Amino acid sequence: MSTMTGGAVLQWPESLYRTFHRKPGGGQESTHYCPGCGHGVLHKLIAEAMDDLAIRERTVFISPVGCSVFGYYYFDCGNVQVAHGRAPAVATGIKRALPHSVVISYQGDGDLAAIGTSNILHAANRGEPITVFFVNNAIYGMTGGQMAPTTLDGQRTTTSPRGRDTMDTGSPLRVSELLSTLDAPVYIERVALTDAKHIMTARRAVRKALKAQVEGKGFSLVEVLSPCPINWKMDPAESKAWITDHLMPAFPLGVYKDVLAEREPQTRLAPQLALDKVAELFAAEPSVERTGEPTWDGVADRYREPQVKIAGFGGQGVLFLGSLLANVALRRNYHVTWLPAYGPESRGGTANCNVVISAEPVASPMVTEPSVLMALNAPSLERFEPTVTPGGVIVYNSTLISKTPTRQDVEVVAVPATAIADELGETRAANLVLLGAYLAHTGMFSAAEVEATMDQVLKSHGMLELNRQAVARGFAATT
Amino acid sequence: MKRTSEGEIMTVAGSAVEGPAVVIDEDLCKGCGLCIDVCPPGVLRQDSKLNHLGFHPVAYLGKWCNACGLCFFACPEPGAIVVVKPSRRHR
Repeated sequence: MSTMTGGAVLQWPESLYRTFHRKPGGGQESTHYCPGCGHGVLHKLIAEAMDDLAIRERTVFISPVGCSVFGYYYFDCGNVQVAHGRAPAVATGIKRALPHSVVISYQGDGDLAAIGTSNILHAANRGEPITVFFVNNAIYGMTGGQMAPTTLDGQRTTTSPRGRDTMDTGSPLRVSELLSTLDAPVYIERVALTDAKHIMTARRAVRKALKAQVEGKGFSLVEVLSPCPINWKMDPAESKAWITDHLMPAFPLGVYKDVLAEREPQTRLAPQLALDKVAELFAAEPSVERTGEPTWDGVADRYREPQVKIAGFGGQGVLFLGSLLANVALRRNYHVTWLPAYGPESRGGTANCNVVISAEPVASPMVTEPSVLMALNAPSLERFEPTVTPGGVIVYNSTLISKTPTRQDVEVVAVPATAIADELGETRAANLVLLGAYLAHTGMFSAAEVEATMDQVLKSHGMLELNRQAVARGFAATT
Repeated sequence: MKRTSEGEIMTVAGSAVEGPAVVIDEDLCKGCGLCIDVCPPGVLRQDSKLNHLGFHPVAYLGKWCNACGLCFFACPEPGAIVVVKPSRRHR
């Protein structure tokens, strides 16, 4: 390694590590890139711009999938390596959570223009104030030179051995042109790493794009036509000529969008990570007044910490039953989750929801092995009976389910819920009868607590008395 | 990049180097030759020997470098090329 003291020099940018400790094996002072690769040049241009803008300490470099997957070997700043094509999405999250950071999304054409097309399009359309460096070499480099969306008409690759047929696989995708039609981006330019003049133009573009972010102006992207001598099967000099003669006519260089002068710095909502602030943002009112302590006093051990699955057909009030149970528990200050399985069930068919009640914070709202199954119709019992944990409880609507549960290792509570509801003059109240039966069987909550909760959560109080009676009949049904 | 007007005599890899000059770390050079192509005075050439990576590294002829810096920007390796700006005496 060159060691230097003082002086007027062009040398190793400070924003690149001096030794690539993360790189395994020997040669930790040279990159893993092939001779003549454009990545190294662009890395230097970016690092040099980071030095001069003094942003290294607040830069987050997002490495894609592709040859530049190891960006974190080289850039001495924050680093994240992400799934294929998803760099703009991760960049969005980081930039929104840390607005002061400078987020660089570094992507190749296989990553950005193929699997990640939707990601880049929407990040650009949202005007996320990030900087994207898009390395276009018209090929999949890391995997050995397959055809990419940017491959030229007639270009031979390992997957287009007779040359790309645009009738079969489309035309080269011009990302800069495409994105420049959007309103939000502030700066888009295409440059090339060929001769000295073009490299110096690329250098200015890299700086301008980063400066746009530093000034908070918005989305900027620099597309870089970059040599891949190995996969193009050329030497580095031939690669430069090929970019000039073939890539540039298909991907004309130039500034495709530059509205930096007329755009004001963006003002975005500051990130709110505190729970009460999030609730305030969503205008979330507490559904019930909280009272009492989340202790399981008076509840048998086997009924504590229930994982509840509630299932029936659409229209039986399955989701309401779940949310009411969750609210009853919430009122007592338990940690609860209520996760409805949405689908076409709301138009008829089987519907189900998951409720978890715990004295501790809930890790997952999904219930795959319920300790409690409340089944309102026969298909629901058939489907979920096998999933109930041994020692669990099955409460089912015996009016509509003639086939009784076959499990011997669970507690079974049969409630003629629909018949009882019909007696009350409202078939739809069967769900509350079943709730009453479950609570009475387990002793978790009293009928008075359910009533107090309904008083607060029901939008219309016209049905309150009927609902109260249905719950009471459910409580009575198991005794 | 720091460009100061002082200290034109540099110590590179333990040796004093007086600008204008280019210093190539032959162990980090992959011999792609991009620097040779962009060098206006044409003072870089490919060496006939092989370095430890198995490449023919680029070598400086030893004079007539004008420290334009183009080779530095064309080089894909972070540490292979250092360009030392002209000394006061030279100017």
